[in-house]
Amino acid sequence: MTELLLFKDIDEPGLASIEVYKRRGGYQSLERALKLPREEVLQELLDSGLRGRGGAGFAMGKKVSFLPKGTIDKYLVCNADESEPGTFKDRELMQKSPHMLVEGMIIAAYAADANRSFIYIRGEYQQQAEILERAIEEARAAGYLGERILGSDHSLSLVLHRGAGAYICGEETGLLDSLEGKRGNPRLKPPFPANQGLYQGPTLINNVETLATVPHIIRLGGQEYAKLGTETSTGTKLVSVSGNVQRPGNYEIELGIPSREIVYGLAGGPERGREIKLWFPGGSSSPVLTPAELDLPYDFDSMARAGSMLGSGAIIVVDDSVSVVDVALKLAKFYRHESCGKCTPCREGTNWTVKMLQRVESGEATPMDLDIIASVQEQIMGNCLCVLGDAMAMPLGSMVSKFRDEFEAHIEARRAQLGLGAPIHDAPADAALHGAPAGVLA
Amino acid sequence: MADSSVARYEHGSRIPGWDDAVDLSKDPASIPDPALTRVPAELRAAIEAAMAQYPDFRSAAIPALHAAQDLHGWCSPAAIEQVACVMGLTPAYLTAVATFYDMFSTQPVGRQTVYVCTNISCSLRGADRLYEAIQAAAGDDPDFNVRAFECLGACDIAPMASVNGAYVGPLEIADAETIVAQLRAGAEVLPDKQLLRRKVADPRAASGGDVDSAGAGASGDAAAHASPEAEHNASAAKAPDADHSDAADRLLPDEDADA
Repeated sequence: MTELLLFKDIDEPGLASIEVYKRRGGYQSLERALKLPREEVLQELLDSGLRGRGGAGFAMGKKVSFLPKGTIDKYLVCNADESEPGTFKDRELMQKSPHMLVEGMIIAAYAADANRSFIYIRGEYQQQAEILERAIEEARAAGYLGERILGSDHSLSLVLHRGAGAYICGEETGLLDSLEGKRGNPRLKPPFPANQGLYQGPTLINNVETLATVPHIIRLGGQEYAKLGTETSTGTKLVSVSGNVQRPGNYEIELGIPSREIVYGLAGGPERGREIKLWFPGGSSSPVLTPAELDLPYDFDSMARAGSMLGSGAIIVVDDSVSVVDVALKLAKFYRHESCGKCTPCREGTNWTVKMLQRVESGEATPMDLDIIASVQEQIMGNCLCVLGDAMAMPLGSMVSKFRDEFEAHIEARRAQLGLGAPIHDAPADAALHGAPAGVLA
Repeated sequence: MADSSVARYEHGSRIPGWDDAVDLSKDPASIPDPALTRVPAELRAAIEAAMAQYPDFRSAAIPALHAAQDLHGWCSPAAIEQVACVMGLTPAYLTAVATFYDMFSTQPVGRQTVYVCTNISCSLRGADRLYEAIQAAAGDDPDFNVRAFECLGACDIAPMASVNGAYVGPLEIADAETIVAQLRAGAEVLPDKQLLRRKVADPRAASGGDVDSAGAGASGDAAAHASPEAEHNASAAKAPDADHSDAADRLLPDEDADA
């Protein structure tokens, strides 16, 4: 087992205050970073191989290096709109060690040469926002924020911005629109935020956990940090385990450990007598995996090779007491509700999917509807400005293909239960001729 | 399918103008005249302070609407007009923003806000029944605003709820009555189930990195220590002081698509 980085001393009383944080070595990385030239700090980030912890897993150092050089106004935005179902790691960090995030932001802004920064925190995190606000105030009073920080040529302002409840604002361009005071509709990409982001200026957007890792990279050195984890998924990662497990919660793991160790070892696995039916490896938007795939190492590439993704590192475990139809319907309803409505495939596709799944649930569907559900998912994928639609299409598509038998069995059982005619497979011609007796349940 | 064709007041009559076409000859509402619009001083101060924080004043739209909603209890037409007046924006612009976000209410709601997370992780642990129980406990008390909400980011304490901004969980069905009773009494809600007093689940975090001493354990036992901060925060989670005179013509609640 390796040393903890993000969760070290996390439950120490008063860690949210600057005194205790500094006593635990806080802001030393910042002092060290500000003595280095910007290029060297950036090089450390590149060397670390740190990949974004918010969902897309893009190399953070590379993202920083995409920002144009020069004296143009540049912005750093911290995405603290953690709203991916199943994810609650950023909440834990902001609530318990807010200064780690603030310190990371100051260093990242220095590397990117940005001098205005914002934290976009979801509106529901009211308590966390209050804690962060106090931390920012303390950092400002201590001279870590403001003009010419610690005597260097780096100046930075930091504003905490509370959202008001919209999943789409976790999408980076939706977040930018929301931060500009508009409805949180995603923008067309390119131009990417690194070129044209907030207020049309070059903008670096990173997740809370990514930025909170930055002080540790400076402390250890990029190359030393890269020794943690696997070659392409370096470092440690906070994993939020939830659903049907005995010990749901946040765990810090070294990337690349077997998934089984997380689900069974750390989180205790499902209740006694229950088996895992399926699990989401990276939030509700990731394609579901089967129990057999628990042997895979938990890192970006292994999850991608298995046809899923590490996403935000939120493992949701579903045991065999739960119907896959219920899970699918719950998810589809969520994405329908959160679709911003800008792009047709997502707006209509999420709604159709809900309606079709409701027919499956009520026994009015035929197995052909499952094919239509799958084809609707395919037509959402890649056809919208942002990935919200894809975020439904990926798990839904995987559920229908991996658990098709269960969907079909559910339809038949429902039909039998409600007396809706003979089982479908016995009389295909008849069903095709007359169709299902629609409207019986409506 | 619920009948959602005609919006009605609670007493049954139709909302005037609901079926009428928009009057195209009329100009849209313009920016309210500062000389004619009364804005409470503290609201004006809050909005102006927010506007000063951003390179573009428009970024303050959401903070300003939060402030107005805290004051009025909901984003009433009067509240929107006051924000529009101070920010120099049209009421239509702000209405468009307010209707986009779940936390802004453009209809009168109760002041005691209870968001029950009913997303996947919480519903796997019984959130739907919990939501029904809290709804039943609150009954038709107009002071309560009980809503099923999307993932609130606290699946470790599933099933959970956000009670006037304070996260509590894991909840049992029996807690529904307690929450409502404590809110009515103005007491702190379920002090031993407050998220802020809960330790990290990772057993190694508890002891600063030592592998041996386990501090996590199953659900209940984490509430042991409460830092001064946590205490402070819990009590700071306030109920906005609303003047509820606007709420006289209470609309029937919309049929929630997800309910």
